Amino acid sequence: MRTNDVMLQTATKVVTFIILMFAVHIFFAGHYTPGGGFVGGLLTTSAIVLLMLAFDIETVKKILPLNYVTMTAVGLLLALATASASIIFDVPFFTHAYDYFELPLFGKTSLHSALLFDIGVYLVVVGVTMTIIQTIGEDE
Amino acid sequence: MEIIMSVAIGFLFMAAVYLMLSKSLIRIIIGTGLLSHGAHLLLLTMGGLGGNSPPVVAEGVSVSDYADPLPQALILTAIVISFAVTSFFLVLAYRSYQELGTDNMDLLRGTEDYE
Amino acid sequence: MSFVFLIFLPLLAALFIPLLFKKVGKIHTGWFVLIVPVILFIYYASLLPTTIAGGNLVSEFQWIPSLDIAFVAYIDGLSLLFTLLITGIGALVVLYSIFYLDKHREQLHNFYVYLLMFMTAMLGIVQSDHLITLYLFWELTSISSFLLIGYWYTRDRSRFGALKSMMITVFGGLMMLGGFVLLSIMGNTYSIRELIPQAPQLATHDFFIWALVLVLLGAFTKSAQFPFYIWLPDAMEAPTPVSAYLHSATMVKAGLYLVARLTPVFAISGTWMWLVAGVGLFTMFWGSFFALKQKDLKGILAFSTVSQLGLIMSLLGASAAGYHIDNIAETTFKYAGFAAIFHLINHAVFKGSLFMIAGIIDHETGTRDIRKLGGLMSLMPISFTVAMIGAFSMAGLPPFGGFLSKEMFLTAMLSLTEFDLFSMDVWGVLFPIVAWLGSVFTFIYSFYFVFHTFAGEHKPDQLPKPAHEAPIGMLISPVFLALLVIVIFFIPNIVGDWLVKPAVMAIQPFLYSSPGEVDVHVSAWHGFNTELFMTLGIFAVGGLMFWTLHKWQRSYDRFPDSVSLNALYDNLMFLSDTGANRFSKLYMTGFIRSYLVYMFSFVVIIVLGTLFLTEAFAYDVTNLAPIGFYEIVILIALIGSTLTILFSKSRLTAIIALGAVGYSVALFFVIFRAPDLALTQLVIETISVALFLLAFYHLPQISRKEERMRFRLGNAVIALGVGVTMTLVALSAHSQKFLPSISEFYKETVYSEAGGGNIVNVILVDYRGFDTLFEIAVLGIAGIGIITMIKLRLTKKEGQHENK
Repeated sequence: MRTNDVMLQTATKVVTFIILMFAVHIFFAGHYTPGGGFVGGLLTTSAIVLLMLAFDIETVKKILPLNYVTMTAVGLLLALATASASIIFDVPFFTHAYDYFELPLFGKTSLHSALLFDIGVYLVVVGVTMTIIQTIGEDE
Repeated sequence: MEIIMSVAIGFLFMAAVYLMLSKSLIRIIIGTGLLSHGAHLLLLTMGGLGGNSPPVVAEGVSVSDYADPLPQALILTAIVISFAVTSFFLVLAYRSYQELGTDNMDLLRGTEDYE
Repeated sequence: MSFVFLIFLPLLAALFIPLLFKKVGKIHTGWFVLIVPVILFIYYASLLPTTIAGGNLVSEFQWIPSLDIAFVAYIDGLSLLFTLLITGIGALVVLYSIFYLDKHREQLHNFYVYLLMFMTAMLGIVQSDHLITLYLFWELTSISSFLLIGYWYTRDRSRFGALKSMMITVFGGLMMLGGFVLLSIMGNTYSIRELIPQAPQLATHDFFIWALVLVLLGAFTKSAQFPFYIWLPDAMEAPTPVSAYLHSATMVKAGLYLVARLTPVFAISGTWMWLVAGVGLFTMFWGSFFALKQKDLKGILAFSTVSQLGLIMSLLGASAAGYHIDNIAETTFKYAGFAAIFHLINHAVFKGSLFMIAGIIDHETGTRDIRKLGGLMSLMPISFTVAMIGAFSMAGLPPFGGFLSKEMFLTAMLSLTEFDLFSMDVWGVLFPIVAWLGSVFTFIYSFYFVFHTFAGEHKPDQLPKPAHEAPIGMLISPVFLALLVIVIFFIPNIVGDWLVKPAVMAIQPFLYSSPGEVDVHVSAWHGFNTELFMTLGIFAVGGLMFWTLHKWQRSYDRFPDSVSLNALYDNLMFLSDTGANRFSKLYMTGFIRSYLVYMFSFVVIIVLGTLFLTEAFAYDVTNLAPIGFYEIVILIALIGSTLTILFSKSRLTAIIALGAVGYSVALFFVIFRAPDLALTQLVIETISVALFLLAFYHLPQISRKEERMRFRLGNAVIALGVGVTMTLVALSAHSQKFLPSISEFYKETVYSEAGGGNIVNVILVDYRGFDTLFEIAVLGIAGIGIITMIKLRLTKKEGQHENK
């Protein structure tokens, strides 16, 4: 997939960041408004896929030297760890905890252990979809 | 609306099953894709299509006005899974096509003398 | 101290074994393993004073409280005795294995992981008071035994033996589970301690006899009783430390343990007494008789183990007589229970040493074929001495431990002739006769084992390796056990007070209130009585027959192999194998289409059938969402693109049309107020199309020319059936709701309980987090699958060597 479309490439440089920012926003907003780990992860993937379309896999690999398999594993472990952490506090598996804090700049903010679980989901989704696309893309 | 949707779901399922029963690999994969779309809509319709507001807590919306969140959560899970499964099928299909040189399901069967 | 967790100590240690084996290659892994049984032995030995005083200890750990399943470690005389045997013999066996298994050539990590797993399983069996966890550990011993027998998995005989033992013992285990379930239904508890006081009521229950037979099937298969013993000789393919440990000292005694433990529950029944004592005694005779046919040293020991287990089993059966006798202390019936436990200890000690000697001979000469061996006495003097001590104890000669328990065995069998219930007064006389015959053959094969190996003519030309004495480390364990054999002879009453009597109390709890009341005193000399004359008879007849063994041993070959139990097993296996194969070939055509047709037809039949039978067809037009303009437009787009897929001849068109279907579904999600779904579906659809296009390059063209009209028509009928079914399901599911949806709960508590606003996302990460956890696991698996298929590149030629 070697293209040399200057328009596409220039546009991609901007659009990718917009999508990425939107992905991060939608991920963190997920607990209160539409969004969450799945959508956030998929949007992130689509940003990277766009980069791949505009440039090529090798270039993208150079920009983002990530091992997506490791990412999947880390995500799974994080999700499992969050779920099992409740055992330490002697409450049933998968009990979440949350509280509200006054933080500088953010004001009243809620910190929720479900967020950690969601980060795990996010990592797995990005890891797996990127693994799939990258392996198929590289296969000749 | 639910009745029309039910008929549409039946139609999706019918098309999906018809495609899956054919001999060509790629039609089978497309069939599974259609099948999952049908299943998602089925879940949504079973829960009822009512509800005036998305299932996101908002000021001034009474509990009964939210759309049913449970089918939505189930579908969300199903969408992602069906994506993973479809891509798995896709790779399985083209790898076996590369190795075996055919996409005819009648030729893709174990030999008689396997043990 | 919650000693219930100690059961899992070996399993925990097993986790580190592969690491130690890989990283610390210089030190034999066995040294690390050795620590575990030694620690456990010391700890459990410290509990002895409690049981000697007649007390017991309980430690619990809730496992699945909702199903009332818990790990309950219950330590009384019986379980502590077994625990000490498991850890004590375990320590000796591990020590022995360090010298038996070469650290460079053997896969020690596998071996020790299995061994430690077995140790946990065995400790679990003997300490569990809970029937279900007892069953769990019971099957775990079967599995670890399977793995250990198949340790040298490249040998055909090993795999065969492993499978055979697994088949038979797991069959028995499942039967036993049935018995346990019946017991728990009758007594309304899983706890053995709580079942025992209910014994009189249980005996009148309809299920009682079923439970009894099923539990005994489990015990008989595990303890290699007739006719299930056939797995034990084939299990001798395992490395010798395993044979010494599992197949003589511990695992095969699990059946004995179970019988002993449940004696208080079942002993009221005459069936129990007849089955346990009868089968046991017959096994004792059968095993000893056929031991003389064997040519393999370990084969002889295997049959001898079968026979000895039968002996102990018959004693346990005889001990049930105590329940029907008043004032047991005045009678000779009191000996059976004591003799059973006492012989169990003796057997573990002498048989352990004999197995180790057989292993040493195998190790140092390269063969176990008794026809090639002989004259090793002068070459391996220490091994010879140990073998002689062990064998003489087995034969029942003084001054070795076996003599004492053999005498008591005869006493117990004689006492049965005086028993006047269950038509024992007619048939009881058979017991001492069969016992005497079995003892004669035991005497002969013990001598056969020792003297055909160590005495006679040395045949160096037939041995694969020049024979020499084993290294000192390998001799430590057998010598230690041989010393124990002699020590037990001289201090039988200390052993009796410390170990046997507390255990007897567990077998006959109704009769005694403290171990001290078990009024049995062991002495080597008890005057000129029937037992003594029987023993002298055994020595005389046995000696004479051993002298003439070479003349009549050949007559064993006249037993045809084709009518043996082994042939029956082989035929059964063969028939079930071919039968299952033939049956499944009827419908397993290899065409994926056939399978899909089965599935879809069954879906249609079952769903429509259920709808019809429960009269669930419903059509409710109230409470419908209004039909809007946009919905209709999207619907037309959806159906249009589906039709495009159906009739397209080009794969590109089909893929794009599939994308169009996906986007229409996403728009439906928008309209039906599912923002999360709409977002996800849109992104996924985009990525999917990209993926299809990526894979496009590799994919074949759509071809339909091979499909005939009839084929398509058949497909269309099935497809139509599924479509109609789904429409009906959707309609009736929407039209009737019997239960209030849990969604209401989610909606109400999402902010107060879960601290979130987006109900869908909170359901995903909180309320139903389990689903999500498994879902991302599935995602990971799919990813790994794809990498495997693409990156590993298993082409046809490379793939074939695996199975050849």
